[in-house]
Amino acid sequence: MTVADNLTVPIQREDRRAKARRAHIWLAALLAVTAILSLATGPTGTSLWGALGKLITGDELTTMERVVLWDIRLPRLILGMVVGASLAVSGAVMQGLFRNPLADPGLVGVGAGAGLGAIVAIVLGALLPIWLRDVVGNYLVSFSAFFGGWLSTIILYRVSTRRGQTSVATMLLAGIALGALAGAVSGILVYMADDQQLRDLTFWGMGSLAGATWAKVVVAVPLIGIAVVASFFLGQGLNGLALGEATAAHLGIPVQRLKSAAIMIVAGATGAAVAVSGGIGFIGIVVPHLLRLATGPDHDTLLPNAALLGATLLLGADIISRLIIAPAELPIGIVTAVLGSPVFLWILLRRRGLVEF
Amino acid sequence: MRMQIKAAAFAALTAVAPSFVHAEETQGIVSIGGSITEIIYALGKGDQLIARDTTSSFPAEANDLPDVGYMRALSPEGVLSVSPGLIVSEDGAGPPETIDVLKAADIPLVMITDEFSRAGVVAKIRAVGEAVGATEEAEALAIEIDTKLQSAEETATARAGETPKRVLFILSTQGGRIMASGRNTAADSIISMAGAVNAIAEFEGYKQLSDEAISVAAPDVILMMDRGGDHGADNSELLSMPAIVTTPAAETESVVRMNGLYLLGFGPRTADAVLELSAALYGE
Repeated sequence: MTVADNLTVPIQREDRRAKARRAHIWLAALLAVTAILSLATGPTGTSLWGALGKLITGDELTTMERVVLWDIRLPRLILGMVVGASLAVSGAVMQGLFRNPLADPGLVGVGAGAGLGAIVAIVLGALLPIWLRDVVGNYLVSFSAFFGGWLSTIILYRVSTRRGQTSVATMLLAGIALGALAGAVSGILVYMADDQQLRDLTFWGMGSLAGATWAKVVVAVPLIGIAVVASFFLGQGLNGLALGEATAAHLGIPVQRLKSAAIMIVAGATGAAVAVSGGIGFIGIVVPHLLRLATGPDHDTLLPNAALLGATLLLGADIISRLIIAPAELPIGIVTAVLGSPVFLWILLRRRGLVEF
Repeated sequence: MRMQIKAAAFAALTAVAPSFVHAEETQGIVSIGGSITEIIYALGKGDQLIARDTTSSFPAEANDLPDVGYMRALSPEGVLSVSPGLIVSEDGAGPPETIDVLKAADIPLVMITDEFSRAGVVAKIRAVGEAVGATEEAEALAIEIDTKLQSAEETATARAGETPKRVLFILSTQGGRIMASGRNTAADSIISMAGAVNAIAEFEGYKQLSDEAISVAAPDVILMMDRGGDHGADNSELLSMPAIVTTPAAETESVVRMNGLYLLGFGPRTADAVLELSAALYGE
């Protein structure tokens, strides 16, 4: 390395910062366009512009326009945005916390716990007394999934925290054990399930935004919104943590508080996202990686950008999922996996210098 | 390739378009559930159908209708996009969120109870007839099917005589694991209607069986759904599975395969299915 090389480093860094800031604007614009597209497209061909025109002139909307735009597409748009943002931000936070580019929210047990919660609700929900089923109604699966995800995170956090210090390595290993246990219990319940419940489970695992309702929006949006915005304040801490826990502590970063905040944020955001949309993979891995490639690893810019790009990608995947085999619908988890895995491979190959585009 | 897809999509659109126009004039029906679709065609209301679910594969015309997906995972906007005037569905269509949206859109939705018996088929035909406004046709069909089923069951019982065969219904053999039918399933009912005995009576529904449990069940015949393909190779592979090789069915190489919807649909063709199954088990 020559002196000249050293000199260029700070300049490059500034350049990256500016690039990342510009990316905020571009990504926000992209999200806005995708959001409008998401409201405007669907198998019914109901026109957004026609309906907006009527709103302006004060004409009455048809039942079809009201139901399709207000009851189907709008809650779906809002849930898609917050779920996408939550998955991408959770992925980025986990990768920062574990200092491992392959980390995802599954590592803190949210996925396994939420999956178990959903299975319990689907298989055992029928055993509830009728009055209770009437009260919790359609939201039993969502509620149970959120509770399961949250509970398993709490257990993992307790297990891996000794004398006020959380060991990330213990958490990783305990997460594997807890995941296996949740898998075993799920297996028992799957064995008990009848074939209709098995179908429900399979579809839940593939994820969908088709079940979006205003009730889900009202519950999920504040929860995910708070978690995602809170994560933006972890940026400096996660940057410090990249140097190692000891170094981060010497830099004056409250490492333990950072860790517990990151874990709670991820548990809340992912738990709520999984609860309303089922299992949707790859957003949490692909989005942060793409952004690191494009604008660098600085968490201060990475986290907001991840929220924007995650929301955009999930909305895009949702548009595909509702149109590609209309009038039926392809589960969105399949769309994200089909689109996400080649991108992920490309990132890996590029990093190893095997491809140059 | 892309051109072909586009051409196919265009052809599909133009093929579907006339039925949309038609739906405007009469009352477009979306049918959810294979047996419901069969009954609607049998009642002569097939021309009013504008869409169907994935399980509706008979009669062949049904396959030309747009497919709204699997009945438990219907997409709200997908169903609305075919502009249904009426939805007739087997019990259990969902998810509940979609059903709520359809209610909000003022689309009448009739759920038809599914029961795997002669009385169940007859009640189903009457209920569908009432839903699609073909009460008289349904009454006639119900009486006809009731008689056919009764005589089919009598024939089957007579063929079975004093020694009913033990039949094992295998849903799948994925990865060497055998999923078989216990009590309270469509398969269990059709086996007993055809004058045979379900070899598995220990549990309800479809479950994975251990190899030894199958040996103990000692089925005389194995019944499976027909998935097309080379059955000769399939059968020798099936009968040489460790679980099955010790059973009487393997000794006599008795495997019966029938179309899933025909065998388990409990619709207008069930009497024929009963006769065909009993003939396969006991000979004419």
